[in-house]
Amino acid sequence: MATLFFFYFAGIIVLTSILVVALRNPIYSALSLLIMFFHVAGLYVTLRAEFLAAVQVIVYAGAILVLYLFVVMLLNVKREDRYHPQFLLGTLLGLTLLTEGLLLVFRGTVPEQPASVPAATGATQAGSSVLPLVGNTETIGEVLFSTYLYPFEIASLILLVAMIGAIVLAKKDIGGREA
Amino acid sequence: MSGSDLLLDYLSRYFPILLFIGIALAFGVVTLLLSYLVQPKFPESEKLSPYECGSEPFSDARMPFPVRYYIFAMLFVIFDIEIIFLYPWAVVFDKIGLIGLVEMLVFIGLFVVAYVYAWRKGALEWD
Repeated sequence: MATLFFFYFAGIIVLTSILVVALRNPIYSALSLLIMFFHVAGLYVTLRAEFLAAVQVIVYAGAILVLYLFVVMLLNVKREDRYHPQFLLGTLLGLTLLTEGLLLVFRGTVPEQPASVPAATGATQAGSSVLPLVGNTETIGEVLFSTYLYPFEIASLILLVAMIGAIVLAKKDIGGREA
Repeated sequence: MSGSDLLLDYLSRYFPILLFIGIALAFGVVTLLLSYLVQPKFPESEKLSPYECGSEPFSDARMPFPVRYYIFAMLFVIFDIEIIFLYPWAVVFDKIGLIGLVEMLVFIGLFVVAYVYAWRKGALEWD
C-alpha cells in the first residue's frame, strides 16, 4: 500500500519535472511545476511529515510559484528562445548527477538514520511502529527552538539579506530606467 | 503487515482532503465540458477575438511586466516564510516558555529591521 502511494507520487513528480524543462511555453512549465509541488506535498504526507507537506503547499505552491510566474512575465520569455548554448554544459552536469544518484541507489551506502538523532524526536521514532502521540508540528517546534536554535536565527538573517538584495537590485533597475 | 495497516489508518485521515481536491477538479472539468457541450456555436471573427473590457485590443498580451511586481512577490515570499516559522512556535509555546519568547523576539526583530529597510527604501510604495 505504501509502495503504491510512493510510486504514484514519484511517477507524477518525475513526469511533471520532465515536462517543466521540455514544454515550449514557459507558462505551461510553471503549471506543471505546480502539479509537481502538490505531489511532493503528497509524498511528504505519506512520509508522515505533515507540517512539511503544509509548508510545501503554502510556500512553494503558494508563494514561490508566483515568483516564478512573475519572472517569466518580467523576462518576457518567448516560446522559441528557451534553448541556448548551455545545452552541452547542462548535459554534462545532468549525466554527472545521474551517475551519482545511480551509484547511491545501487551501492546502497546511504545511512539508515542520521548519526546523532536529537532526543526530542523520540516521539516520531516510536511513530514508525505506533501512531505518534505528539503531533508532527509539535515535534518540529520543540526541536527547532532547542536543538536547532542557531540555524533558526541564521535563517532569519539569510531572509533579511535576501530581501535587502532584492530591493537593491530591483530599485537600481527602476532608478536606471527613470534616470 | 501491521505497519501497512497503520499507514492506511493514518492516510485515511487525509481522505477529506483528497475528496476536496477531487471535487475541486471535477467542478472545473464538468463546468468547462458542460458549457462546451450545450453552447450554441455560431463562430464569427469578432466573437473569437480577445475581449478587453469592450475596447479594441491594442497590443500583445505577453508584454514585459514592470519590475515593481517582482518586489511585491519577493516581499510576500519572505514574510510568508516568517509566518511559517511562527506556526510551530505557537504550537509549542507553553512548553518552551520564556526562552522561546526571547528567541522569537530576536527572530521577529530581524524581520522588523528588514521591514523598516523596505519601508524606508520605498519598496512598499508604487510611485
